[in-house]
Amino acid sequence: MDSMQLVTPAIGLMFWTVVIFILLLVILKKFAWKPILKAVDDRNNSITEALSSAEKAKAEMEQLSANNEKILQEARIERDSIIKEARAIKENTISEAKNKASIEAEKIILSAKEQISNEKMKAMTELKNEIADISIQMAEKIIKSELKDVKSQKKLIEETLKNQMN
Amino acid sequence: MAEFQIQTSKIMSFSLKNIFVFVSLILVAFSPVIASENSQDSTKKETYNPVPAIMHHISDSHEWHFWGEGDNSATIHLPVILWSNGELIGPFLSSKFHHDNDGHHVVEFNGHKLVRVHGKIYKLNDGQQNATFDDQHHVSNATAPIDFSITKNVASMLFALVLLLLFFVISGSKAKKNKSAPSGLLSFLEPLVLFVRDDIVKPNIGKNYQKYLPYLLTLFFFILMNNLVGLLPGSANVTGNIAITLVLSFITLLVTNISGNKSYWGHIFNPPGVPLALMPIMIPIEIVGIFTKPFALMIRLFANISAGHIIILSLISLIFMAQSGLGDVAAWSLSPVAVLFVLFMDLIEVLVAFLQAYIFTLLTSLFIGLATVDHH
Repeated sequence: MDSMQLVTPAIGLMFWTVVIFILLLVILKKFAWKPILKAVDDRNNSITEALSSAEKAKAEMEQLSANNEKILQEARIERDSIIKEARAIKENTISEAKNKASIEAEKIILSAKEQISNEKMKAMTELKNEIADISIQMAEKIIKSELKDVKSQKKLIEETLKNQMN
Repeated sequence: MAEFQIQTSKIMSFSLKNIFVFVSLILVAFSPVIASENSQDSTKKETYNPVPAIMHHISDSHEWHFWGEGDNSATIHLPVILWSNGELIGPFLSSKFHHDNDGHHVVEFNGHKLVRVHGKIYKLNDGQQNATFDDQHHVSNATAPIDFSITKNVASMLFALVLLLLFFVISGSKAKKNKSAPSGLLSFLEPLVLFVRDDIVKPNIGKNYQKYLPYLLTLFFFILMNNLVGLLPGSANVTGNIAITLVLSFITLLVTNISGNKSYWGHIFNPPGVPLALMPIMIPIEIVGIFTKPFALMIRLFANISAGHIIILSLISLIFMAQSGLGDVAAWSLSPVAVLFVLFMDLIEVLVAFLQAYIFTLLTSLFIGLATVDHH
């Protein structure tokens, strides 16, 4: 048995190894490595894309809900302000009404007072006139009764003249 | 005991000639120990020598032999193609040699007279009718043409080629059509492809890895498939053949040095930080280093796979050695143990098949990475 045979490379076998290896390399490169690696890369890309779009959608959702919150907040603020305004208007109206009422009342009181004083004046004037009439009538009556005789008439003339002389 | 000494020394001197069958020789050395104790005439009785059978199994041959002897054996005869002085001889089937390996049977083909001695085909010189041998049993009246035969190893490689093409071309077309998750064969092969890409090639070569990826993937799966095919019963020892590992490591050598950049060659011809006086020593060392790296690859794959085959064959031979040395009972009782050991070794060999493909591809990637690395 020639033991060197084991470690002596056979030229023909080397030739066929080269042929088979190159054949394998060329065919597998075109029909196996390219499509398999492309499929893997495509899948990786699509997964990355899907993940990033999911992330984006999540961010959008967050944005949306934040917007909603904002809108809600605004609505709340507006509601509060409307209520506040309404309350102010109400208070205004009431106080205005009160004011108006008191002014009106005063006016009424004032005019009533005036009327009263007018009436009073009128009554006073009438009373004066009445008293004057009554006085004249009384004086007439007195005069009439006093000047019934000639003697008393003379006495009056004299007295009046006397007063006039003075 | 003295008889035993003689026999072991005989065997030991034989083992010096053949370091690759070391394990089998230990087993051979043990069997006479038991034999000399039990049988009186152990010196006369020849114990079974497994070395020729093991050597036959791990060597290349012109036919694919399964079982049986001579013309009654189950054998696939393979085409013989020879190249002699610019002339093609063949192809013809190796059955023409009628299993002769001693140079007795002369085959005539297109006027050429051919004989085969120990698996090697010789062309007899003009006018010679029979092979003559010198005292070292070498053919003296013939020349050896270059043998381009489709030998057992070539046929096994072609079988592996067909399997690889079948698996990967189907997977490739599936990957092209199917855009969703991989299924079936592809789902098994894809992780392996990605393992080679992401764990072997990418980390070692770096950003330029894409250029070398098809070669390294092919290399990995070529070695792996041939390792695995080699484990089938009756198969060839493809990746344990030095010619094949030589070609693979030579491709590594070529790819590494062709893609070597300025800093790679700079490190070889002007090693940084080395005093000028040491240059005459360092530069030759660096140049030798170019060749030792792929050389180690060649030896590693060859030795690992061959050793695995030798161990398995030795364990099986153990049964026959027991039979010849101790008798049938010993052989029968030993066989379950031997079979268990073989099973264990086979499992280890499956691991080794992956491991060696991984190491070869890893180191090739590493060499390419070192040759192309940017030092800035």
